[in-house]
Amino acid sequence: MTLREAAKTMATFLIPSDETKHRKMGRRHPRPNRRARPQEPGARSNPSLTKRPAEHPASVASGSDFRGAAAADALVRIRGLSFAHGERRVFEGLDLEIPRGGVTAILGPSGSGKTTLLKLISGQLRPDAGGVEVDGAPVHALGRRELYRLRTRMGMLFQGCALLQDLSVFDNVAYPLREHTDLPESLLRKLVLLKLEAVGLRGARDLMPGELSGGMARRVGLARAIALDPMAILYDEPFTGQDPISLGVLATLIRHLNDASRLTSVLVSHDVEETTGIADYVYVIANGRVMARGTPGQVKASPSPWVHQFMRGLPDGPAHFHYPAPRLEQDLLG
Amino acid sequence: MLASLARLGGGCLQGLERLGRGQALLARMIGGMPSLALRPRLLVRQIYNVGVLSMAVVIVSGLFVGMVLGLQGHSVLSRFGAEESLGVLVAAALVRELGPVLAALLVAGRAGSALTAEIGLMKATEQLSGLEMMAVDPVERILAPRLLGGLVAMPLLAALFSSLGVLGGWFVGVGLLGVDDGAFWGQMSSRIDLDEDVLNGVVKSLVFGLVVTWIALFQGYHAVPTSEGVSRATTRSVVHAALAVLGLDFVLTAIMLGD
Repeated sequence: MTLREAAKTMATFLIPSDETKHRKMGRRHPRPNRRARPQEPGARSNPSLTKRPAEHPASVASGSDFRGAAAADALVRIRGLSFAHGERRVFEGLDLEIPRGGVTAILGPSGSGKTTLLKLISGQLRPDAGGVEVDGAPVHALGRRELYRLRTRMGMLFQGCALLQDLSVFDNVAYPLREHTDLPESLLRKLVLLKLEAVGLRGARDLMPGELSGGMARRVGLARAIALDPMAILYDEPFTGQDPISLGVLATLIRHLNDASRLTSVLVSHDVEETTGIADYVYVIANGRVMARGTPGQVKASPSPWVHQFMRGLPDGPAHFHYPAPRLEQDLLG
Repeated sequence: MLASLARLGGGCLQGLERLGRGQALLARMIGGMPSLALRPRLLVRQIYNVGVLSMAVVIVSGLFVGMVLGLQGHSVLSRFGAEESLGVLVAAALVRELGPVLAALLVAGRAGSALTAEIGLMKATEQLSGLEMMAVDPVERILAPRLLGGLVAMPLLAALFSSLGVLGGWFVGVGLLGVDDGAFWGQMSSRIDLDEDVLNGVVKSLVFGLVVTWIALFQGYHAVPTSEGVSRATTRSVVHAALAVLGLDFVLTAIMLGD
């Protein structure tokens, strides 16, 4: 990272946009079409933030042309993906595109392979067949060096946060900057403090990971994920195990960071309400394939009984409450 | 019968596969060592973790082993009126065999198990994956410094063990059993050879340092990322390292005496 890029990053966070101010006033989870409103006369213009993701062709896609827009300008393209964990087949011929500039949610029940999909996108796993392209690069075919180069442009928030336990909050966020830049310590300090400010934890910089609550740890993980100003962030179950306040804070942060930094966010979750509240696009996956895709409204209105059951959290339906078993009388009476 | 053969074959293949993975990991760790020249603090920290933190157990063990050697040696040598050779017996036993072997076993138990648990937990808590996602090679940044730290620390710990053992033998032989002080040190310095005894011991401790740390890191890196998996890996690390040290000691001794 050059000094100019670093300064640009600092400016992005130091000069709040109108949008940032609105969010500080408590408006949560705005939809993309609401964000695309024209600027009011006399409003302060911040060139770095005026082109919002909502103005992106893929972002403004209506429900009907979602598939077309996603395919036209996709950051991630998955074609014919097959993958198995040992004997268990997780994906079989999966096709999926993640458009640039928005928040794409991948929903599905536990064990449906959502985290595996993130690992395949980030190159932590290699597919058995098919391919994964990220920003035009075939992740499945990249060597270690090329893969690492690509990963400097991708952040990932792990379910367990993956903070280095022997480093303070400050040093955790500074870690990727120290590894991949030659910034002087004084500038690095400012950058780290700005990243921590963005997630509301500047005051917690001297704490150790063991002293953080679950929600705080995820926010530190998020600050670390954006440390190198990536083009995309992958979120692995960010809402799992969070109290309602932390959950709301995280959801707002994900949306806000996506918009302020013009990122592409891929969010894997089984928390339907909170995820569809901030997502522009939704994929529902189960049994190794895509069950539904589209805007949150389209997916909620899906005619598929299975998708209907999943999106509404119904206890019984096509996905049975009971694990397959012989008849109860047969089991009890022999 | 066929099922037993299949199980045996499967086990052998699994063992070979693990050996291959272990060698590949060792090659990657050695390949990552040059980068430590730019980050000497990482190495110093691991020498502290493996070496300095193992000193207490090595000092105490070395002292007691030397004292026992003094007692047993005096008991045997006094039958032939050769008590003055006690210094040679204690020093030779420690420098050639007991120092490197017992120090390695102690390090396997204290530092090796700690390394396996640390790396295993880092895997279970996704810290290693987190490094990968930050485009940082965990083998280069986390494992290589620990391997080099173990390699540097082991000969120093073995030397410490042997030195304290000799002092323990001296305390029992000269201080308690009345062996002549001059004869104890004089015979020792004239009979213990730098090349044949001391350097061979150093070579052994270097090999043991490499093997113990390598096994510990391999077990941690390939541990099943659950609490039970890490626990099993830690046990395997100590058992495999102890067996490897004892087996290699025989091989190395045979080679060294063969000259």
